[in-house]
Amino acid sequence: MFDFNLVINYLPYFLKGIGYTIGFSLFGIIFGTILGFLICLGKMSKMSWLSLPFKAYVGLFRGTPLLVQILVINFGVVPLILGQSNSIIAGILALSLNSSAYIAEIFRSGIQSISEGQGEAAATLGLTNTQTMLKIILPQAIKVILPPLGNEFISLIKDSSLASVISAPEVTYWAQAMNAQYYRVWEPYLTSALIYLILTLSISGILHIFERRMAVND
Amino acid sequence: MIEIEHLKKCFGENIVLKDINFKVATNEVVVLIGPSGSGKSTLLRCIAKLETTNEGKIMVDNVKVTDPTYEIHKMKGKIGMVFQHFNLFPNLTILNNITLSPINVKKVTRAAAEKEAHELLKMIGLANKADAYPSSLSGGQKQRVAIARSMAMHPDIMLFDEPTSALDPEMVGEVLSIMKMLARQKMTMIIVTHEMGFARQVSDRVMFMDGGKIVEQGRPEQIFDHPQHLRTQNFLSKILV
Ligand SMILES: Nc1ncnc2c1ncn2[C@@H]1O[C@H](COP(=O)(O)OP(=O)(O)OP(=O)(O)O)[C@@H](O)[C@H]1O
Ligand SMILES: [Mg+2]
Repeated sequence: MFDFNLVINYLPYFLKGIGYTIGFSLFGIIFGTILGFLICLGKMSKMSWLSLPFKAYVGLFRGTPLLVQILVINFGVVPLILGQSNSIIAGILALSLNSSAYIAEIFRSGIQSISEGQGEAAATLGLTNTQTMLKIILPQAIKVILPPLGNEFISLIKDSSLASVISAPEVTYWAQAMNAQYYRVWEPYLTSALIYLILTLSISGILHIFERRMAVND
Repeated sequence: MIEIEHLKKCFGENIVLKDINFKVATNEVVVLIGPSGSGKSTLLRCIAKLETTNEGKIMVDNVKVTDPTYEIHKMKGKIGMVFQHFNLFPNLTILNNITLSPINVKKVTRAAAEKEAHELLKMIGLANKADAYPSSLSGGQKQRVAIARSMAMHPDIMLFDEPTSALDPEMVGEVLSIMKMLARQKMTMIIVTHEMGFARQVSDRVMFMDGGKIVEQGRPEQIFDHPQHLRTQNFLSKILV
């Protein structure tokens, strides 16, 4: 029924796929965090003409399916910029842009969880907005921001499977390839499911240890 | 030192300060009293540039604070503000709460800033708390640190918005005695407080506010013992019983 030999034969491809899956998610979370923070600052600006485009950006990326974004970026945006499509760049770009919209909201709620009195005290002491953000607000908000940011990373691990539709060689892509090669269903797809499960469970385990460490430091 | 002319402040439709005019001289201690919602906090916050204003002007040492292009951080801590809820930075030790601004705003060396911070901590009786975090301090201790943190910037004037209102009664005295010490050192201060005994003791002038206006002002004996206006009399009779 379930032929383990087939899985073992395909293991090198799955390992390669795991590398890409983790790579997509890591780049996605890193670029997404940098971009998300900047978008959050823009969105929180008191000048409405400045915050409007950032609000539109967040609305656009949260209001349309990631799959559609991946297709548009792979077949439209990347060829427009590079002159040819590149599934790896398109995958990273789509995941980064998409997660940045969610991460911007994570930063916003983290920053807003800090009482206004903190910023007011800093301002009367002569600190600039940037100094206040870096030395007072962010160090406190980080405790609120990290847990949902970890969840976002786990979502990215799972969402990166959508990059298989543009033939990015991550885990799901190889599962589909295996399915096409052997005409088997259970071996490729159950294996890929198990891989995702191991990845997400280990990451949430690591995050838990991390959070407990931070709680102790309080 | 401070000159306020025809100051008006609205929150939407609500006019909170109406045609406020007064001056505060260097070394003067002014106490601001008045019922809840009369605009005392808003007035202090306008002077500290924590609020924008609608009309009129506020000059602090010949700097026009109410100029819309004037940004609060440019004051570099010249106007110190002490808040009801302390607003210490919980992510920093007591020492770093005090040195943060001298180091980052005044560009004082860390060694010099820490030396002065230790002196300030000794002055407020918390020399042994330098490396503690704010969460381990009592309310009274937190407020003393907040005062020291403002002092470290050598402000020209200190604004206090009900500095003892959030404290347990047994801790009020320790904060008031620091403020009395500042008054003896000739610090210019505007203090919003409900501690009338303290007000009588330290202030050069008492101003009574009601409905966004300064109704009456004068020497503390004059305001407390012979208030001229009915509203002042009513307010004091409620508070002094
Ligand atoms: N941020 C704000 N937005 C809208 N209205 C405000 C704001 N802050 C204060 N007000 C209003 O302004 C008026 C004056 O408030 P303020 O806090 O200055 O009074 P106060 O004299 O300090 O009172 P208290 O003794 O209760 O502290 C009140 O009617 C209050 O509701
Ligand atoms: Mg008030």
